[in-house]
Parts: sequence; C-alpha cells; structure tokens
Amino acid sequence: MKPAPFTRHVPRTVDEVVSALAEFAPLDGRILAGGQSLVPIMAFRMARPAHLIDINEVEGLDRLAVDGDYLSIGARVRHGAFHKPVIDGPLGKLLAFVVSHIAHYPIRMRGTFCGSLAHADPASEWCLVAATLDAQLVVKSVRGDRIVDVTDFLEGIMSTSLAEDEFLAEARLPLLPDDTKFGFYEFSRRAGDFAMSAALVTYRLVDGVITDACVGIGGAEDRARRIPEAENVLNGQAPSPELFVAAGEAAATAIEPLEDAQTTAEYRRDLVRAVTRRALERSTQ
Amino acid sequence: MNAAAKPGLIGQSVTRKEDGPLLRGQGKFAADINFPNQLYMRVVRSTYAHGNIVSIDLAPALAITGVVAAWSFTDVADIPPIDFRLTRLEQLAAYRQTILAKDKVRYVGDPVAVVFAEDPYLAEDAAEHVVVEIEELPVILHADGKIGEFRDGLPTETALIEKGYGDVDGAFASAHAVVSLSLSIGRHSGVPMETRGAIGRYIAETDMLEMYGAAKVPHWNRDQLAKMFGRTAANTNLFEGHVGGGFGIRGEMYPEDVLVCLAALRLGRPVKWIEDRREHLIAANHSRQQTHHIRAAIDRDGNILAIDNEFFHDQGGYMRTHAATVPDLAAAMLPGPYRIPAYRVLGHIRLTNKTPGGTYRAPGRYESTFVRERLLDAVAARVGISGVEVRRRNLIATSEMPVTRALETLGTDIVLDSGDYPKLLDKALNGIGWDDLQTQITSRRKAGELVGSGVAMFVEKSGLGPFDDVRINVGTDGLVEVVTGAASVGQGVETVIAQICAEKLGASYDNVSVIHGQTNRIARGLGAFASRVSVMTGEATRQAALKLRDKALAAAAELMQLTADQLDVVDGEIVRLDGGTGPSMTLGEIAKALEPGGNLVGDGEPGLFAEASFESKHMTYPYGVHVAFVSLARDTGGISVERYLVAYDIGKAINPMLVDGQIVGGVAQGIGGALYEEFTYDDRGEPLAVTFADYLMPTAREVPDVEVIISEDAPSPLNPMGLKGAGEGGTNAVGAAIAAAIDDALGQPGAITQLPVSPQHVKALLNAKV
Ligand SMILES: Cc1cc2nc3c(=O)[nH]c(=O)nc-3n(C[C@H](O)[C@H](O)[C@H](O)COP(=O)(O)OP(=O)(O)OC[C@H]3O[C@@H](n4cnc5c(N)ncnc54)[C@H](O)[C@@H]3O)c2cc1C
Repeated sequence: MKPAPFTRHVPRTVDEVVSALAEFAPLDGRILAGGQSLVPIMAFRMARPAHLIDINEVEGLDRLAVDGDYLSIGARVRHGAFHKPVIDGPLGKLLAFVVSHIAHYPIRMRGTFCGSLAHADPASEWCLVAATLDAQLVVKSVRGDRIVDVTDFLEGIMSTSLAEDEFLAEARLPLLPDDTKFGFYEFSRRAGDFAMSAALVTYRLVDGVITDACVGIGGAEDRARRIPEAENVLNGQAPSPELFVAAGEAAATAIEPLEDAQTTAEYRRDLVRAVTRRALERSTQ
Repeated sequence: MNAAAKPGLIGQSVTRKEDGPLLRGQGKFAADINFPNQLYMRVVRSTYAHGNIVSIDLAPALAITGVVAAWSFTDVADIPPIDFRLTRLEQLAAYRQTILAKDKVRYVGDPVAVVFAEDPYLAEDAAEHVVVEIEELPVILHADGKIGEFRDGLPTETALIEKGYGDVDGAFASAHAVVSLSLSIGRHSGVPMETRGAIGRYIAETDMLEMYGAAKVPHWNRDQLAKMFGRTAANTNLFEGHVGGGFGIRGEMYPEDVLVCLAALRLGRPVKWIEDRREHLIAANHSRQQTHHIRAAIDRDGNILAIDNEFFHDQGGYMRTHAATVPDLAAAMLPGPYRIPAYRVLGHIRLTNKTPGGTYRAPGRYESTFVRERLLDAVAARVGISGVEVRRRNLIATSEMPVTRALETLGTDIVLDSGDYPKLLDKALNGIGWDDLQTQITSRRKAGELVGSGVAMFVEKSGLGPFDDVRINVGTDGLVEVVTGAASVGQGVETVIAQICAEKLGASYDNVSVIHGQTNRIARGLGAFASRVSVMTGEATRQAALKLRDKALAAAAELMQLTADQLDVVDGEIVRLDGGTGPSMTLGEIAKALEPGGNLVGDGEPGLFAEASFESKHMTYPYGVHVAFVSLARDTGGISVERYLVAYDIGKAINPMLVDGQIVGGVAQGIGGALYEEFTYDDRGEPLAVTFADYLMPTAREVPDVEVIISEDAPSPLNPMGLKGAGEGGTNAVGAAIAAAIDDALGQPGAITQLPVSPQHVKALLNAKV
C-alpha cells in the first residue's frame, strides 16, 4: 500500500495548472485535489500517475461566492466548507444537509466539491446535487475555457467529458428561489458509506401544487441524473403520501439499475422507490 | 482514581495501567520499532486462488538498485512447514503451510516470493517485478461441495470431528417430533486496528535471534522458530510491544514471522515487515465459515431429547497453527447451557481455495451458538411456546451442577463447573424490561413498524491450562515487578494482574508493574488466548503474592522482633495489627535487608521475591444471555439494532470496567459478523472484500449502547478467587440473538438461516411475504 513513484508539481496559479496539465497529462499526469479518492487508489497501485499536479496551493481556487444567480464553488473548496449554510436561503440549507452524508469528518475536511465531480463516482452526493440542480461547470485548459452542463459532464462510472488536459476550475450551482422545498435521503449499510441509492428532490408549491419539480437519483445508475418520469408525476399535483409513493414508483421503473456482486437490480429498484419517497417526505418536514 | 492498596482492590474499576503511554501517544506498536540499517520485506502473493507454479523469476527484482535479496520456495526449502499449536491431529500435518508456496498456490494471497530492499516503497516496487507464472486450476469455494485433491491423492477433506454421547438414534426413533434446520455462518474474522508486523534481528556477537512485534503466544512461537532454524530457545527471543488488538488471529505464527527472522539470520541485517490492510484482509487468518445441518428430537413440551448435527467447516487453503481447534470447539460446545440427553456431531474439516482459517474471539462458539439457538427458536415455534419458555424448559438446573459432558476439547473434558443459568435469564429479562419491551413492540407494530426481540443463551469456556508461572520481585526501592508468561493484546492484563498482586501482597497498585510477552524474562509461558489470562496468570499471581507477603512478614518479624502474625502489609508498609507504634518498615527496606550481604538471611535465598505456578486440568465455564431488540425498515430492508443487552456471569470480576469493555467490544464484533462483515469471493476465488470499503466493520454509528449486566452468582470452584474469563461472552451469541430478533420483527419464525443478514436479504424476505 505504498504508491508507485511519482513526481509532484505545485503550481501557484490557474495558468500554471493548465500548462502543467498540458505538459504532463500526456505523460500520465493528473490533478491532485483533496486526495481522498486518488490517494487510496494510488496506495493500492490501481492508479499510478507519473505526475501529480497538486492544486492545493493555487491562489483563488478556494473561492466560494455568489455571482449573480449562481453559487460559484472553486476547485479547492472542501466538503467541510458546507457544514454550515454558505448562503441564506434553501441552497445553503440543502448543501449543509447533504454534506453530512459524505464520508466522515476527516475526509470532508480534505475532499473537494470539484474533485467529487471530476472523480464521478455514481454514488457521489455532490454529483447528485449537481445533476439535480442543473449545475454548470467551468473547465479550463491551455486551449481555452468552456462551460459545460452537468448532463454533458457526467458520462458514466468514474467517467466525465473532461479531456486529459482539462481542469475543472469551478462548479456553478443555480440559486434556488426562496420558496423552494427540498428533501434528500440516502441509503447505505453504514453511516458514511457511499450511498447504495440516494434521492434529492426540489420543487416549489404554487397554489398548493408542485411546480418545477426536480428529482435526482444517485447511486443507482452509472451516473446521477434527473428522472423526468418522476418529476412528471409530481408537477401540478398537491403533495400527499400517495403522490410520493407514485413518484417513487415512477423513479424505480425509470432507472436502469446497476448490479454488482452484493446488489441485485430488483433491490436497487426497491431502494430507489424508497429513497425517492423518503426524500419527498422529508421535503415536507 | 485513587488506587491505594487496600483489601478490596480486586473488584474495583481502577483505571488502566496501560492507558498512560497510549493516551500520551507513547505506545510502541510493531511499526514503531526500528533498528539501524534495517531492511524492509515485501511479500509477493498469489493472484490466483488455485494453480500450479510454473516459474518464478526473481532476476528483474534483484536487478533494481536497493534490492538486497529475493527468495522463492527453493531458497527456503530447508525450513519445515509451520506446525500446529493446538488441537493437533496427526493426519493434518500433510496440509500445513510452508513459508513460501512450494509448487502450488491455494488462495489469493498465498506467499510465493519475498523481496528485501532498503526502503518499503522500493520493496513494493521490486515485488511487482517478480514474475510469477501460474497455471490456473479449478477452484473449490464451498466446503460442503465436492471433495478435491490437495496434492498427491490427499483429499481436501482433511479430517472428521466426531463427538457425542447417549442414545441418539433411540431418541429420534421415539421422539414426538423432529425439528431440522440448515444454517450457515459467513466468513469473517478479527480485524485488529493494528495490522500484523514483525521485525527480525540477529546479533552475531552473542548469536542471538530476536523478533519484535510478537503477540499472543511469544513463548510458543519462540520455541517453534528455534526448532525450525535448528537453534535453541536460549538464543532466540521474542518481544511483545503494544498490541493493537488480537482477537485470536494476531500473534499466531504465520509465514511472514518466520521469513523476517530467517532473513535477519541470513542477511545479517534487521528486517522489518509491516502488513498493509489489503494484505491483512487476505493473508491473516479468516474464521467462522461453517454450514450446519442440525436436527433435534423433542417431546411434546419442547424438551430436547437429542441433537444430531453434521457440519462443514471451511478452512481455506491450509491447516494453520490452530489445526482442528475451531471445528472441534464448535462441536464440543454446541450443547450449551441445555440438558441435552443425547448428542451426536460429525464435523467435516474441508480445505477450500480461500484464506486459511484460525480462531476468532469465541471460536467455534459464535458458530455453534447461532446454530443451537436457532434450533431452540425452531423448537419453540414447533410446539407453540415462546423463545424464553423453551429455554427455561431445557436449561440445566443449578442442582445438577457440576455437569460432566461426555465431550472433550482442547485436551480437557468438559465439566461445567458452576452456574445458575435460569437466574441469569431472569436477570437479563429484568434488565431489558422484557414485559415492557413486549408491550412497546405490540404498540409499535400497531403503528405499522417492524420491530422484534430475540434472546440467546450460551456457555463460554475460559481459563485454559495447563499452567502459568509468575515471579514477583520487590526492589530495594519498594517497586514491585510481576513477571508473567502471559501476553497482552490490549485487554488490560497489566491492570488486572497488578490489582491482584497489590491486594494480596499489600503493595500499592501504583507501585506494581507487570511484565508480559518477553521471552527473555521468564522461561515459559502460554500467552493470551481462550480467555485464560485472568484465570491462570491471575491465580498464579495470587499465590506468588501471598508467598511473597509471608516472606516479607517473616523477615520483618525477625527485624522488628515480633511474630509474623502480629504484622500486616499495607500500601507497601509493614504495620502492626495491634495498632501499636514503633519503628515501621517498608517492603523496599526488607528487600534491602534480604540482599546478598544484607543484615537478614531470610529463608536462605537472597532477595525479596516469590514464584508460583498454577496448574489446572479443567477449564472454567462462564455463561451468558444476550437480548437484542431490532427494527427493520419495510422499504429498504435496513436493520437497526436499537437495544442490546448482555448478562454475563464470570464468577468474579477483578475489574468490572474492563469486563464491561470486553463485553461491549465483543458485541461490536458480534454485530459485525451478524450484519456487516463478510469475506466474499467471486467464482474464480478472487476475494471481493480487500478494503474497508467492502469489508464492512460496524462503527460507533451502527453499534448501540450495550447494556451490560456483570453477574457473580457462580464463582468457579476451580480457583480460590472464583474467576472465569470475560473475553468472549460479548461476541458469542450476537448472531443468534439478532437472528431471533429479525425473525420476530419479520413475523417469520426461522426466516434467518444464514449470517450475515443484509438489508437486501431482509427486503427479499419482506417482498416474498407480500
Ligand atoms: C472512506 C471514504 C469514504 C468516502 N465516502 C464518500 C461518500 O460517501 N460520498 C462521496 O461523494 N465521496 C466519498 N468519498 C470520496 C471523497 O468525497 C473524495 O474527496 C472525493 O470523491 C474526491 O475529491 P478529492 O478532492 O479528494 O479528489 P482527489 O482524490 O484529489 O481526486 C480524485 C480524482 O479527480 C481528479 N480531480 C480532482 N480535482 C480535479 C479538478 N478540479 N479537475 C480535474 N480533475 C480533478 C483527480 O485527478 C483524480 O483523478 C469517500 C472517501 C473515503 C476515503
């Protein structure tokens, strides 16, 4: 459990990051952010990058601020930054609620929001948040900057549309209207484990009926995504236990469940049914 | 806490002697031990579960700068395989593990080569350069499937365990009913926080071989190492430092221990090996995996007339140091606290292509308690009585004690020495508030919840002999040193032994220090396993302390011109019983007077010391009751253990706080085996649980506050303090109690037939019911 040899580079600016990436990515170079996913797999020698571009000393990347109608989250912002609401209103509360489900305290003090997106674990809570809230991602390279919709960013299990020389500099989460209701629920065998299925829902109540429903499911498919079938069940209806059951049913039917040695497709659907309903129930509490 | 010596120190929850250095970060675990010029060893392990070794090319590793040596089997062919420590059966010898695989690999993790390098990173790099070619063979992954070949016509069924008494066939022929179950226990093991580690050092000028990082059984391992290398015990020494958990698996002799010592001898440099977690999960002993087919003959009231059991023990790739211990204990201890008039058991020890097995806290008993208690619950369901009632009807009565079971294990006959089993059941039920709990269950069920409770009972064993030696010495500074052949795996040996010594001698607790695990300090010792230390070392300490006290009083009497019976030792000082004043003396001053050339001759031998040996042919049998209360989530199958109670009778608790700690920790491990921990394999024998992301240890969030009742109703008649060991009762019945509680919550008696129980399984049971 000692990593294979590597060279560490310590850029100070974003320009230096992207030029280091341009130089070393072709030589098996990678970004090192919080290291909470990368370092363990290096210790197992399942990853053996020859170069690590350590962004932990890059100025400005710890920026966490509202810019217009979105919240900007720089590449050095740690999970732990969200322990207390970072802004007033539902988005700050939502992030604070979700973050407590990510791993354990020491890991949250190092792991980064953007690192979670770049790592793209299907069960990552931040991927689920990004997918449910339609995040936009600021991607930089020596070839230029681009802004990517989360749906175009998350491609599959541990896979994104980032090119090897590209750096995820910032994630942008749209602010939520003040009357937004949200609910999150995840199921795992132990507290702090990656979710076996998780649901995040947001919606507004207009004249007693649900509008703008967003239902995101993580941990059940190869990537987190919104489930329109469940949203359609909700939109235009008054919240009720029966409605939430129906939305859970719709989500369970809509997904293409991941199967593995421990988890059958049937059980994964059971879980999606459960977490969706429970997330919706939490939204009313 | 005030730990002044006074009668009654035994039985007090004094704070642990061990905690000072540990809390200050001054602990010295295996990885903390370093010697100048040391090399680092890395083991190259098989990536195949079963195969013929075609070739091993060490040259690419040796070509790396900083790599000092690399070996495969041919380099160590002169070293015999690792021998058995317990429960030896001669026919098992052919299945022992060599320190590097000879011509076949038999599990993923089987050591095939080792490299020695200047630093641990380099050693790991070099290990990757050893080229191992293996021709893959079909694997055996089920102990109850087809028997395969180990080698040269040797079957993978290595031995049968057969035990029993009474007319089993007769009982079944005339039974009112027969209850049959097939049950299995998952593969899991002790996973100490500190992985294994060993540092070998050879001192040429004194021809002394030393190994650091020893644990559990340093003397036995010393003798074995000496034998394997053709050395003598006198110039081989093992040293135990702090040990971060043992649980049965840590401290046994493994290939890596032998390899570091051999390398130290051959390479003339200290050699260090620290196991990493992935290695630990595939290389250190696994345990527990068994499948049982059990039947009970019962009368119409649910009284058991006979039990007939056949089981398959999944031993993994080789027979390791424990030989037949685990299946033997499972077979011998299965009858538990019940009056079983006739009993027959047939155990098949089978090799499979998985990590070899050994003991793990409550070995054989976690398994057979699960099986027996599931059987009791099934009997209750069959005759329509409660789980509590079926146990009451079958429990051995106090008036029947001691009970000789015509069964033998660990070289001793099973004689249940003392116990009031029904009384402890009552204590446990009162403790949990059983009637209230049932009312709560009823009302929560009415509200739609799935909740349930379960009870399980068991008899443990402890205090395995045959002997333990203790030497107590008082220095001229008055400090008392107790030298034992015991070992400490973190359980508080120093505290408990110091309590006994301080009370019996009349010394102050703070002035007593306890030596353990150092083979150069005492000629022989059996170490720490089978909940034996408090009983065996404890009694030897009591005897030595009393002898020492007599000696000190005799000397003091001579000096003070009084008789010994006019004096007492309190807090290290000699005092007059009549309260009379006058010149007083300390133990240190007596030690000084007894020094060679001192002003006292004493009994002829200079110095203030005493030795004692305690011998015991029989074990002592503590017993316990577990009560679990669980709730299940209807939609996810999630299982939550809301309450857990253990009532454990250990005769006499030397330090109740430590007993409590043993029980709570034991329950956590039991919950692991019941709900979380499992070494799973794919169908090629590739292990799937090689990190803590897949091998799920329960954490503080999953383990409830355990309610503990320490009971002292039945002191052991086998030693004067009445001691029974406390190490394993917390673990023993957890699988059984939780299974019963889940059944109850599901409303499906007998639904749980295997451990661990996963939410997915619970959900499938719920779905099937709808
Ligand atoms: C025991 C444990 C439990 C965990 N449980 C959870 C959990 O429940 N939920 C959860 O979501 N996560 C969990 N994690 C993972 C943790 O949240 C990680 O911190 C996170 O997944 C990755 O963030 P990081 O900053 O540590 O990235 P790193 O480990 O540094 O990097 C991960 C990968 O992303 C790349 N990368 C990182 N940042 C960027 C960037 N800005 N641009 C381009 N590429 C980048 C790296 O090159 C690397 O390939 C757990 C981790 C551990 C050790």
